[in-house]
Amino acid sequence: MNKRLSNTIWGTVAWIAGIIFVFPVIWMVLTSFKQEQDAASNPPSWVFTPTLHQYAQVFDRNITPFLLNSLMASIFSTLLVILLATPAAYALSIRPVAKWTDSLFFFISTKMMPAVAALLPIYLLAKHLGMLDNIWTMVILYTSMNLPLAVWMMRSFLLEVPREVLEAGEVDGASLPTSIRKIIMPIVSPGLAATALICFIFAWNEFFLAVNLTATAAGTAPIFLVGFISSEGLFLARLCAAATLVSLPVLIAGWVAQNKLVRGLSMGAVK
Amino acid sequence: MTTTVTRPDVRIQPPVRPTPRKERWIRRAPLLPALIFAILITQIPFLYTLYLSTLHWNALKPGNHPFVGLDNYVTVLTDDRLRAALVNTVILTAGAVIFSMILGLVLALLLDRSFIGRPVVRTLLITPFLVMPIAAALLWKHAIFNPAYGLINGIFGGSTDWISSYPKAAVITTLVWQWTPFMMLILLAGLQSQSSEVLEAARVDGANAWQIFRRMTLPHLRQYLELGGLLGSIYLVNTFDAIFSITQGGPGTATTNLPYEIYLTTFRKFEYGEASAAGVVVVILTIIVATFALRVISSLFRMEEGR
Repeated sequence: MNKRLSNTIWGTVAWIAGIIFVFPVIWMVLTSFKQEQDAASNPPSWVFTPTLHQYAQVFDRNITPFLLNSLMASIFSTLLVILLATPAAYALSIRPVAKWTDSLFFFISTKMMPAVAALLPIYLLAKHLGMLDNIWTMVILYTSMNLPLAVWMMRSFLLEVPREVLEAGEVDGASLPTSIRKIIMPIVSPGLAATALICFIFAWNEFFLAVNLTATAAGTAPIFLVGFISSEGLFLARLCAAATLVSLPVLIAGWVAQNKLVRGLSMGAVK
Repeated sequence: MTTTVTRPDVRIQPPVRPTPRKERWIRRAPLLPALIFAILITQIPFLYTLYLSTLHWNALKPGNHPFVGLDNYVTVLTDDRLRAALVNTVILTAGAVIFSMILGLVLALLLDRSFIGRPVVRTLLITPFLVMPIAAALLWKHAIFNPAYGLINGIFGGSTDWISSYPKAAVITTLVWQWTPFMMLILLAGLQSQSSEVLEAARVDGANAWQIFRRMTLPHLRQYLELGGLLGSIYLVNTFDAIFSITQGGPGTATTNLPYEIYLTTFRKFEYGEASAAGVVVVILTIIVATFALRVISSLFRMEEGR
């Protein structure tokens, strides 16, 4: 009885904390359905007639190419990351190379290098090659940004493949492609999907490189929001509509991958 | 080391094992594309930064870029703006990491209990982390902190301009809101890896909740706290989106951190040499922090290997 009561109390506290935390997001979504004069009212208006006007405005201002650029940069970099990281993780777990810990720590150390220290040379190089404001530059940079994370994460999933099953397969004469297809993939594919989703999230949200290396042609979704930084006049509802729109893919990806999120964020160190 | 010598008996013996050298390269092959890619994209720009940091190069001035040795480093290390940026980076990073860690611990402890709708609450709590960082920064700037129509003044009254009155606190609040879920997830994983039998045994032995938390849970959580703190610092030390959009480093230089200062030096003042030297200094500072981080990660890692 006592325990049930305390669980109810602490459960209520947890619900309140959850609602407080998510409230700015709810407020963002609510505001995106308001007319500008309702959005800018003080005290805030809670009752209003919802409208899709702001979303129409955002599309009128041509958000579509920005979304498409983000989609391209995120999807292609994620594919490339998976193609590079999965074999590498295999060579660092199931059939490890000599000195595999050195390689593993090399990858993670590249993740720790601040992007700001590499910005200028990358900028100059891209300028020299005529690859500024080019979406493929962003694909390559996002691939290298996510590679360490993907290698570590995939390695932690590959370690879960039981050795005995693999060895039994080898004894039975299963070739490498067969054991990959029949033994490794079924165990690892949920992890592969989670790794891909997390790489997608980081690529989609990336701002620092995008704002410095892209302009009109290859601008990604975060760049569309730059115009709102010092806006004057009535724009709050439109900002919220744009912010909701660009955050939506990651919100969905994150909710789907939430059970594996902690593993990705800690580079596979925490299960 | 090992040389492949063609021995006459090679045909007689069945080719059970390839030569060790060949075997090593077969093992290495899957690793090489990723390794080469990482070296090309991350190490070469850094070497180029090292080279640039020894040149006097202002992109606005025509002419060649003379070699000046360590002059840029002297400028950078004696520059007040850069020292201010270093102090701001430490304050902003430490503030955001400490507060998000405390809040994250409280929320993880709440979520570690069973109650109705726990998965829903967890999803709600993760959500701030998933909002695009620049969208979150603009949301807080315009919809929450704004003096005229922001939510805080709208609900509590008053006309405080939160961002110009408390610029650091405003940035830290936004960062804490986004990063608390990250800390919570890592600490929750730590709490759930505690053995329930041991906790039950302690309870049977008459330990109260506080004693269990203080003597058992906290020591168990220690490495998770370290991991969260260090990973959080590595991500947050590079904070750019929030500064760029909420305060533009101001008022004055109140919120200019190192990434933002280097950005200004590169793309507003076009001092390429100085910006590169500052970048090298940041890398050296990061290496110091990262060494600790790697130690923590490798200790977790050994635990995992030991299982």
